[in-house]
Amino acid sequence: MAVRDSVALLLTLLAEATANGSWAAVVGVPDLGVLAAAELGVAMDRLALVSDPGNDVVTIAAALLDGFDVVAIATPKITDAQARRLSARARSRGTALVAFGAWPGADLELRCTRARWSGLGDGHGHLRARLVEVHARGRGAAARPVRARLALQGTPFTPPRGPCPQLSKTG
Amino acid sequence: MSRLLVVWCPDWPVVAASTVAGLPLDTPAAVFAANRVVAANARARADGVQRAMRRREAQSRCPDLVVFLADVDRDARMFEPVAMAVEELAVGVEVIRPGVVAVPARGPVGYFGSEEAAAERLIDQVAARTGAECQIGLADGLFAATLAAHRNRLVPPGGSPEFLAPLTIRELESGRPDLVDLLRRLGIRTLGAFAALDPGDVSTRFGADAKLAHRLASGLEERPPARRRPPVDLSVTHNPDPPIDRVDAAAFVARTLGERLHACLAAHGLACTRLGIHASTANGETRGRVWRCADPLTASGIADRVRWQLDGWLRGGAGRPSAGITVLRLEPEELVDGRTLQLGLWQGGHDEQAERAARAMVHVQGLLGPDAVLTPVLAGGRGPADQVHLVPWGDERVPPTPPDRPWPGRLPAPSPAAIPVRPLPASVCDEAGVEIGVTGRFRLTGEPARVAYGGGRPRAVVGWAGPWPADERWWDPDSARRRARLQVLLTEQSEEDSQEALLLVRENKRWSVEGIYA
Repeated sequence: MAVRDSVALLLTLLAEATANGSWAAVVGVPDLGVLAAAELGVAMDRLALVSDPGNDVVTIAAALLDGFDVVAIATPKITDAQARRLSARARSRGTALVAFGAWPGADLELRCTRARWSGLGDGHGHLRARLVEVHARGRGAAARPVRARLALQGTPFTPPRGPCPQLSKTG
Repeated sequence: MSRLLVVWCPDWPVVAASTVAGLPLDTPAAVFAANRVVAANARARADGVQRAMRRREAQSRCPDLVVFLADVDRDARMFEPVAMAVEELAVGVEVIRPGVVAVPARGPVGYFGSEEAAAERLIDQVAARTGAECQIGLADGLFAATLAAHRNRLVPPGGSPEFLAPLTIRELESGRPDLVDLLRRLGIRTLGAFAALDPGDVSTRFGADAKLAHRLASGLEERPPARRRPPVDLSVTHNPDPPIDRVDAAAFVARTLGERLHACLAAHGLACTRLGIHASTANGETRGRVWRCADPLTASGIADRVRWQLDGWLRGGAGRPSAGITVLRLEPEELVDGRTLQLGLWQGGHDEQAERAARAMVHVQGLLGPDAVLTPVLAGGRGPADQVHLVPWGDERVPPTPPDRPWPGRLPAPSPAAIPVRPLPASVCDEAGVEIGVTGRFRLTGEPARVAYGGGRPRAVVGWAGPWPADERWWDPDSARRRARLQVLLTEQSEEDSQEALLLVRENKRWSVEGIYA
């Protein structure tokens, strides 16, 4: 499975998994917003970060696949053979392998487009919620492309009329 | 009753503090706790500085007084060489407190021929080895021997009650000031007068503690001394022959070494929570790493860590040793009571998933180093990065700042999902193309209209809010930071494109991207 374009979408998937008692590891995402992860519901005590996996990403990912239930991995370049090896290992261990970015031969690929934010005005308010369109396409049962509009972060909110008193333009 | 020899270093806290500070011992100095004198040296006392005196008063009597703060650790650390010097001449040393050691007198007195000779040898030994001045007291019982040391007296066997009788009742004061005060008001001024009371009357009228004090005043033992034993060397060394240069050989050695160390620790009723693994190679290179572990290590846990470590060293690219490993040493660096390792009868709270994950993380730590696997803990702070503290796996998960305080200026949720490792420089301009600043009162000098960052083209702003001021640690010039944060929403470039939301921060008159709502 591969997730593209949105870290928040990846974190949402991890949140769902860790909420059920699973352990998750994220490899090679040094700029992961951990606070956003906590807000999206990722269990902090079951999350491990390997920000710099060094040159041998495949060995590190393979070691983590042995112990974790979900392993998210971001890697700029991975060969087809390496990807197949890791996918096979994940399948045999029963671990979910989530690639962040391109992944050759992914069973399911999620893309995130048309993000629209609400809550931010012209000098007032703050970012509250984001609506995105998620495109899913893949192989086998997921071969038919699906697109869905969903709220990714926060809950959609209709701002009150007029500027917020404490965050007006002058304040 | 045992005859004890007490070595007492006068004014030890001052001596220790002066030694650490590198002051000559004839400088007037005193150690203070809670603004009261705890100990003062002879020069300070000659100027009228006394125990329990306030600092201001002490300094008014002795203007060039050097003031130290009390530090029990420092006293104990500095005293260790003295205890070791005494231990060289006498066995069964007991450190009563920093500054006072007791040894059974029989050994040294018999060896050196007489009590005077033994005392002389010990004073010489301590002075020669550590440069510290000390006094010796010899008497029956610890209390009498300590008082004898204060007076530099050798009390003959059986002479403790007579020695104690004329001394003031204030000698009992430490730990029981109320009792001493009461006895003084009752007209009991000397230890002898207190000892003359009937023990039954003392315990019925003044309680159990007074009974102990009464025993001391009568020259009896309060409790038998606990002897200090030299620490046992628990490290395990192995000299592999032929040298280890392959991973499979390492695995075999790791298993036997793990079992040896574990058996050695178990024999002493201990378990290890920090394990040092040290190796040296045929070419004289050395490698060492300390493994921390939340739970005490089992035999297979030790074996795993040794194997992973050797694996990491032997496989590592640039840091690979140039020859096989010839000496392998395991050193338990932190020990806990072995009972804590005992698992519950029903393996209660035993989490299969957690254990598997922990093994995988420790494995990766072996390949990349202990700081490569981080687990997050939420902390207190204002920026999105300040609110997260990353702890290497195995360390205690404690936030450095409390997360449950108000932290004014903190941004509301949701937080940016991507935090650039290095802040990306950005430019924020108004409609006319003039860069926007933030005034000293945290006001924007214009309305943001265009934002460019990371070398990209400027994009139009469709919404913005802020600034959120954060004036942090202004009381400490070294760590003070003054920042203003701004949320901006950049327009989409086409119908399919996403709106991009950024968290910008202005510090030192420069904008940078602190977070991307990706």
